[in-house]
Amino acid sequence: MKSRKGMTLAEKILARKLGVKYLTAGELVEVPVDLTLANDITAPLAIKVFESTCINRIFDPEKIALVMDHFTPNKDIKSAEQVRICREFAKKYGIKHYYEGGACGIEHALLPELGLVLPGDVVIGADSHTCTYGALGAFATGVGSTDLAAAWLTGRTWFKVPETIKFVYYGKLKPWVTGKDLILYTIGDIGVDGALYKAMEFTGEVISKLNMSERMTMANMAIEAGAKVGLMIADEITLSYLKGRAQRDSVILYPDEDANYIEVKEYDVSKIDLMVSLPHLPSNTKAVKDLGEKIYIHQVVIGSCTNGRYEDLKIAAKILKGRKVNPNVRCIIIPATPWTYKQALKNGLLEIFIEAGAIISPPTCGPCLGGHMGILAKGERAVATTNRNFVGRMGHPESEVYLAGPAVAAASAVLGYIGTPEELGLKEPN
Amino acid sequence: MEKIKGRVWKFGDNIDTDVIIPARYLNTTDPEELGKHCMEDADPEFSNKVKRGDVLVAGKNFGCGSSREHAPIAIKASGIACVVAESFARIFYRNAFNTGLLILEAPECAREAETGDELEIFPEEGRIINLTKNKTYYFKPIPEFMKKILEDGGLIPHIMKTFQASCNI
Repeated sequence: MKSRKGMTLAEKILARKLGVKYLTAGELVEVPVDLTLANDITAPLAIKVFESTCINRIFDPEKIALVMDHFTPNKDIKSAEQVRICREFAKKYGIKHYYEGGACGIEHALLPELGLVLPGDVVIGADSHTCTYGALGAFATGVGSTDLAAAWLTGRTWFKVPETIKFVYYGKLKPWVTGKDLILYTIGDIGVDGALYKAMEFTGEVISKLNMSERMTMANMAIEAGAKVGLMIADEITLSYLKGRAQRDSVILYPDEDANYIEVKEYDVSKIDLMVSLPHLPSNTKAVKDLGEKIYIHQVVIGSCTNGRYEDLKIAAKILKGRKVNPNVRCIIIPATPWTYKQALKNGLLEIFIEAGAIISPPTCGPCLGGHMGILAKGERAVATTNRNFVGRMGHPESEVYLAGPAVAAASAVLGYIGTPEELGLKEPN
Repeated sequence: MEKIKGRVWKFGDNIDTDVIIPARYLNTTDPEELGKHCMEDADPEFSNKVKRGDVLVAGKNFGCGSSREHAPIAIKASGIACVVAESFARIFYRNAFNTGLLILEAPECAREAETGDELEIFPEEGRIINLTKNKTYYFKPIPEFMKKILEDGGLIPHIMKTFQASCNI
């Protein structure tokens, strides 16, 4: 008999949830979900769908998170109405994990911080960046509002088990280079549909040394390569992050050594520089040092579910300390969660930002999706630590977004054009 | 599923959900309102020009980006009867079926069709005729599982079959 291949991490997680020993890519499965989430844009639509069924029973109110993060603090009457719909729904059905106001942060920074997502979980969210939780070893993916409403009814969702591409990162990182540069480089290599429908499994010595913040940055952008999930194997770093946070027990799963990968990509990170994605696709990447002409900018945004965590702010602070934001630039810094905000306050980061002339925003998705708190005018350019640079993403259809990590963003805020900390004489982060 | 006959509106590769329905309009879930702004940042006149029954044709990775279900809802509300593309982004693919927007993966047809061409689409038979170019194309049949969802009238009615509740949806 032909021996069958081992399982990838994605297959392992789904097999465990189903209670089967073996599962292979291509199979259609219906799995129970550990957490479902939605925000102030997608939840109202899911609520509308849910209520259209006139079944007034949610499978498990404990397994729903509603995070009012996109257009909050509410930018206009319509968005305030949307939040009101969510608030009333949460009250009616006794949804414990409802977040708004001072308890609210950007969903994909907030929920892991609160210990609501754990290794081995299956999570669906009506937000494409739900794949962020792959950094914790959870099979987490974005769905639409109807898929979400369906899961509220049944507690289950269906997937086609994805094929997996394995990404191996080795070598020594250059100064200032972070997970953001690695993922931009990877998307630049494989393209915005390079992992369409597939699982990305991020591995190698470099990944196992990254902190959770950088791991989440990488998994967050798996969707920007079209992937269903971006997975990492949970390890000591994951467990120490979860210590004191985890709300439930979890299990660490490993891919088999002979797992069936459809492709293996290897990257020597010592060759990866500080990266930027030029308009209007995340895959349109270039090393900052190869940009040639100076690209002058009007705005810098440091925040979002990609790079608004405490570690990101720390990098920005190292660069902005004792320096001034260029007078032609508005530098907007958005701590992703209340905890991040408090840490930044306690440790003097906020003072550094204010002294530098930056603007500090409350936790919100805000300008990342052109919502509010920093919209671009026609012809304006921004460097942002966010995840998408599509046409009109941050404002006017003729504005431009350049994606980068916190080091390039902060350095560019001072320089007034897209540049690196080295150009400010900062050779090493420490 | 009935035959579709309509004019083509052609777009390129990687048409993202921010182009299909910009986030600045996501403070509502009203289909009619969303339909008015469909494809606005790619073609500000789109919603005025499109006629009920027309076909949106695009390249690779159509619907990439956000999970907003407002995207297929906006397309459907604009009057578009079907989207034909070389390939679709996965969340958009699910959302389209769940909200009852017919989408078809037909790479050759998608590459060759031009704005203004007239298409005749036979979803059940897996066949598209470009009447302007006088050429017939065949596409991958819709996966059995997805077809069942469509037949039941969308994901929610499909799921409701398992519930005993009787309500009009």
